[in-house]
Amino acid sequence: MEIADKKRILRDMLFSRRFEERCYEAYVERKIGGFLHLYPGQEACVHGVMEAARPGHDYVITGYRDHIHAIRCGADPKAVMAELFGKETGVSRGRGGSMHLFDVKHRFMGGYALVGGPFPLAAGMAKAIQMRGGDEIAICFLGDAANNQGTFHESLNMAALWKLPVLYVCENNLYGIGTRIDRSTAVVDQYKRVCGYGIPAAQADGQDVEAVARAAAAAVDHVRGGGGPYFLELLTYRYRGHSMSDSNAYRAKEEERMWSGRDPIILLRDRLIEAGAMTKEDYKALDTEILEEIEEEIIAFAESSPPPAVEDLERYVWAEDGSCRSGGAG
Amino acid sequence: MGVLMYWEAIRRAHDEELANDPMVIVMGEDVGVAGGTYKATRGLYEKYGPERVIDTPISENSYTGLGIGASFLGVRPIIELMSVNFAWLALDQIANTAAKVRYMSGGQLSAPVVIRSPGGSAHQLGSQHSARMEKVFMSIAGLRVVTPSNPRQAYGLLKSAVRCNDPVFINEHELMYNLKGEVPDGEYFHPLEGSELAREGRDVTLFGYNVSVHLCLQAADVLAREHGIEAEVVDLYALSPLDRAGIARSVARTHRAVVVEEAEAPVGVGAEVIAILNEECFFELDAPPRRVSARNVPIPYARNLEKAAVPHAADVVQAVLGLFGRT
Repeated sequence: MEIADKKRILRDMLFSRRFEERCYEAYVERKIGGFLHLYPGQEACVHGVMEAARPGHDYVITGYRDHIHAIRCGADPKAVMAELFGKETGVSRGRGGSMHLFDVKHRFMGGYALVGGPFPLAAGMAKAIQMRGGDEIAICFLGDAANNQGTFHESLNMAALWKLPVLYVCENNLYGIGTRIDRSTAVVDQYKRVCGYGIPAAQADGQDVEAVARAAAAAVDHVRGGGGPYFLELLTYRYRGHSMSDSNAYRAKEEERMWSGRDPIILLRDRLIEAGAMTKEDYKALDTEILEEIEEEIIAFAESSPPPAVEDLERYVWAEDGSCRSGGAG
Repeated sequence: MGVLMYWEAIRRAHDEELANDPMVIVMGEDVGVAGGTYKATRGLYEKYGPERVIDTPISENSYTGLGIGASFLGVRPIIELMSVNFAWLALDQIANTAAKVRYMSGGQLSAPVVIRSPGGSAHQLGSQHSARMEKVFMSIAGLRVVTPSNPRQAYGLLKSAVRCNDPVFINEHELMYNLKGEVPDGEYFHPLEGSELAREGRDVTLFGYNVSVHLCLQAADVLAREHGIEAEVVDLYALSPLDRAGIARSVARTHRAVVVEEAEAPVGVGAEVIAILNEECFFELDAPPRRVSARNVPIPYARNLEKAAVPHAADVVQAVLGLFGRT
C-alpha cells in the first residue's frame, strides 16, 4: 500500500473515531435520542474492506452500528449527524435515526435494526445485480452475533445455490450485546461455520487495516469475478458497550487493555512514523484539524438545521407517484 | 369475456407480467418445476426459465427478504407463500423491512414486492394450515392488502400489484382456486383501493371480503326470497387502505350493517369496519351493526368441529333478521 493511501486511511479512521466520540457527547447532551451504537475500535473493518471495494458503486448494507459505513460509502458526515439530531437535512430526513441511515445515491442501502435482517436483503440485491448483468457486488457488514439467526443459514444457502455476487463481512467483536461469543456460540471461529454451504471463507486481523484490505481484495476479486458469495471474518473489538444504555460491566479490564494495545489507528500511525512518513506532531495537528471540522462544520450544521415538518408526518408511507392508484395501467 | 378459474386467472396475470417486464420474477416453494401447489404458476418455469421462476428452499423469511432486497434495485418479485400460516415466519421481513423501508429512508428506497398467499379453512387442514391472517397484515402501515373474491379480481389485482411501487400482500383462499368467473379478454388492471358493489339492495349492507363475499351473496338471496329483505353486498377487496368513504356511503343508504368475516372476531375486519361506521355515520344507523365471524378457537380437524368453527350463510341470515327484530 502506498504511503499516500495509508495517510488517507489514517485520516479517515481518525475522523471516524472522533465523529463517534462526538456522537457520544451529543447523546449525553440529549441532542441525540434513542439507541446509539458506536464504532470505536472497529474502524479498520469498514475502511479496510471498502479500500478493496468500490464505494458508491458496490451496494452496501449493514446493521444498526452504521454511521461509519454510511460515511465510507460517500454519505456526507454533516447529513449523518443531522440525522442523529433528528433533522430534515439528515440522510433519512430525520425519519430513520442512528440505526436507519440510508444514502441510496451512494448505494448505501441502509442500516437495519433486526439482528440478521440484512443477510437476505444483501442476497436479494445480488440477485438483482446478477439479473442486470452489472459488475457491482453486494456487501453485507454484520456482527458475529447475527450469525445465530436463521437468516444467516437460510441466506448463505441461497447465495451459494444461485452463485450470487455477495460478500458477507463478519465484524467479530466477540460480544452479542453483553454476552461473550463463547457463551452464545458453539463454534467461535465464525468463518468455519460457512463451510457447510460450500462458500469460501477467510479470517483476518480486523485491527490491521492493511491486513483487512489484503483479505478483502481477495474476497472482492472472487465475488466480482463471478465466483459467487464469499465470507470474510474480521477479528475486532468495540471499546464501548453495545449501545449507550449498556454499562459495559461484563468485560474484564485485562481484555479491554489487551485490545486497546492493538488500536487500529495507533497501529497504522506508528507504521507511518516508523517509515518516516509522519511525526507525532503531524498526527496531533491532523487530530486538531479533524476536531475543528467536526465542531465547526458538522455539529454546527446539525444544530442549525430545521426539524422535519409535523405536517409531513404521514409522507413516505405510501408511494406518491400514482403507481398504485390508477390500477397501475402504466 | 371468457370464463376462467381463479387459479387460471392468477396464472394468466403472472404470465402477462413476466412477458411485459424482464425484471418481474416469481419465487416460492414449488412454483417452478412443480408448477405451483395451486397451479398458479403452471408452465411458467418452462416458458421463462429458472432465473425468473425460482424454486426456493423452505426458508420463508429469507426468500421473502431476498425478494425484498432484489426489489430495492428494480426487480419486481412476485413471492408465493404456500400457505398464509407460513407467512408468520416471513413477518419480520414483510413488516420490519418491506413496509417500513420507504418511511425510514425518508422516501429514498421502496420495496415493490407482491406477496401472494392463500389462507382460510378449507377441508380439514388442521390448526396450522387454516389460519386467516388478514387482520395482522392490514394493521401494518406501508403494506397494501388486497383479497380477491373472484377470478376477475384475482387477475386484475395481481396485475396492478406488480406495477405498484408499494409492497402488496394478496390474500387468496384455499377453497377458491377452482371458482369460475368471467375475466376480461384484454388486459385489465383492478384498482388496489376502494370497494365494489357485489349486489344492490336498500335494506341492509352486508360487508364481505374474499370467501365471505360468497356467504353474503348466498344470504342475500335467502333474505330476498324468504324474508323480503333486500341486502346490499359490498366487497371489501382492499383491506388496507380500507374504503372508509365507500363503507359509510353504503350504510347511509341502507342504515343497517353486518360484517362477515371468516376469521375470528377480535381485532379483525369486522371490528375495524364497525369502528369506521361509528366514526363516519353513527347517526345513520337504525340498529347496532353486527359481526358474523369464526369462533375464537384454532381451527379443529374433525369435520363437524371445523364446520361449527367458521361462519355460514345461515349465520348471516340470522344476524340480519336480528337487526330487524325478527328472531
